[in-house]
Amino acid sequence: MRLLEPLLIPLAALVVSLLLFGVFVALAGHNPLQVYHSIYRGAFGSWFSWQNTLVRASPLMLTAMCTALPARVGLIVIGGEGAVVVGALAAALVGIGLNGVFAPVAVIGLMLLAAMACGGLWVAAVGALRHYRGVNETISSLLFNYIAIAILNFLVIGPLRDPASLNKPASVPIGSDNMIGNIAESSVHWGLAYGLLACLTLWLVVRRSTMGFAMDVIGGNPRAAYLAGLPVGRLVILACLLGGAAAGVAGMLEVAAVHGRLSSSVNAGYGYAGILVAFLARHNPLAIIPVALLLGGIRASGGLLQRSHDLPDATVLVLQGIIFLVILASESLYGRTPLSQRPGVTR
Amino acid sequence: MSGEHAGLLGVLIAVLGGAIRVGTPFLFVSLGECLTEKSGRINLGLEGNLVMGAMSGYAISYLSGSAWLGVLAAGLAGALLGALHALLCQQRNVNDIAVGIALMLFGTGLAFFLGKAFIQPTAPRLPAIALGGWSGSPVVRAALEINVLFVIGALLAPAMGWFFRNARWGLMVRTVGESTDAALAMGLDVNRVRFFSTVAGGFLAGVGGSFLSLYYPGSWNEGLSSGQGLMAVALVIFARWNPVSCFYASLLFGGAAALGPALQSVGITWGYYLFNAAPYVLTLLIMIATSSSRRTLTGMPGAFTR
Repeated sequence: MRLLEPLLIPLAALVVSLLLFGVFVALAGHNPLQVYHSIYRGAFGSWFSWQNTLVRASPLMLTAMCTALPARVGLIVIGGEGAVVVGALAAALVGIGLNGVFAPVAVIGLMLLAAMACGGLWVAAVGALRHYRGVNETISSLLFNYIAIAILNFLVIGPLRDPASLNKPASVPIGSDNMIGNIAESSVHWGLAYGLLACLTLWLVVRRSTMGFAMDVIGGNPRAAYLAGLPVGRLVILACLLGGAAAGVAGMLEVAAVHGRLSSSVNAGYGYAGILVAFLARHNPLAIIPVALLLGGIRASGGLLQRSHDLPDATVLVLQGIIFLVILASESLYGRTPLSQRPGVTR
Repeated sequence: MSGEHAGLLGVLIAVLGGAIRVGTPFLFVSLGECLTEKSGRINLGLEGNLVMGAMSGYAISYLSGSAWLGVLAAGLAGALLGALHALLCQQRNVNDIAVGIALMLFGTGLAFFLGKAFIQPTAPRLPAIALGGWSGSPVVRAALEINVLFVIGALLAPAMGWFFRNARWGLMVRTVGESTDAALAMGLDVNRVRFFSTVAGGFLAGVGGSFLSLYYPGSWNEGLSSGQGLMAVALVIFARWNPVSCFYASLLFGGAAALGPALQSVGITWGYYLFNAAPYVLTLLIMIATSSSRRTLTGMPGAFTR
């Protein structure tokens, strides 16, 4: 029965957060039931809203990994935003540079590799600083975000700027041939497949490989891991590298599937929302998939809330924040519910 | 005076003025964070307090017509978020860093939600003391417009240092931060001391936010904060948990952030956006230079040694 806890506690926390959010919108003078209904309609009510949800869920799956994987070795990394930016930057540079030089398939492949390498190294540096210099990883990853954004702004407004982009500075396009298209007839781009593939692969790594087991040992007790002779430093850096690579792909998708060029829009806040997804999924890559869909849905419903209730677009941010707080508070319930006190089940 | 010389002097004065103007929010959030961390807890969510403070300060100043009432409201909004942080963190198995991230997202979301109506109107701003009246140069005069909040913060830093050294409550905060065992043996209520430290820290961060919306840049919009609240944690590490050093560190960071605009004002526009990264690069370099995987930092509260 203890196995039910990781499922039931987050679900209960979600219900509680929705209730709190209901109180909040009621205080703001809206009918909570109607708002719930609009969120549902905007997120999962029709094929149209499902497509919106899926488009938003794919980058969340990738950026969540940037917090979830380092968390398995005991690091709290919040550098997803920076890795997204660096990944987008790398992808755009490759895309612009090789546009027309190679076949589109090769260009897309190289963009993907470049984004993964740069995003991965960006966050791996955080892990290396933590391991070799004892630099707090949470703060350094945060600083890395701001540095990445400054580099992006510098390049987009300076050297990489397309003179034709007058009002909103952007780079020259990577070329429509080099864009990742949509799945079949839908408006959902293939990035969804990248996200799902990343979640499944990394779940296998984390849960079904010796490396993943070693990472969990480090996360549980670093001293024991040292004594057991595990290569702690290498695994810590590797976890950061994999997480950063995933977030880098999210940045590549912003360039190669959404905008088609580099602009400050590639930094769309998926990095910070990914932290929430990772915590909600308790850093389990497989659980990230449904959680990313849920969060993607909530974000997708923002537009409808604005149109039909005249609620500001920040409403979804408030709901996100409430969910995050309640989920964290619910952590204290593990092992204390009636479920965990069945006779014969030992801790 | 040659033109080149005037340009260099202009940059220096602009950086100094910028250090004071940009550094004031840094000063308040870092003092707040310092107080909270001395009690043994990290509040990474001060960015939420800062943005909430900026919004509520502006809103109350607009509605009441008094900028100082706005400052008070900003502090109270920050204190409420601080209370939320403290209450959540004293639950079992709840990670204070994660709660901080959550409160950052919640606080900024809430501020954007409630602040939508206050983006357009103009609220009364905080007054400034003109210390540059002796100079004929408008650059110097603009740089030496000192806000009262800066003066309050500048006085608060040594006061807080004295509080930690000599005041009974200050010693209580430090005891709780150094060793919960010692605190318990003395009969102190650890959670209560941390609660008040976090609430007071949150109050200060909120006041720092009101400086953003009521003085410089001096209006409320959603892009107002550029992460000053997040930098608080790094600043406090840099300042070695010493309130007086927090004051100097805030000036240094403010100066670093003012470097880009100052260079732009004398016509050096290349790399303007790169100079925006200066405070972050500075923090990072300082952290790399001063951290070590083998020893703990001097001045660090004992509760953080893991």
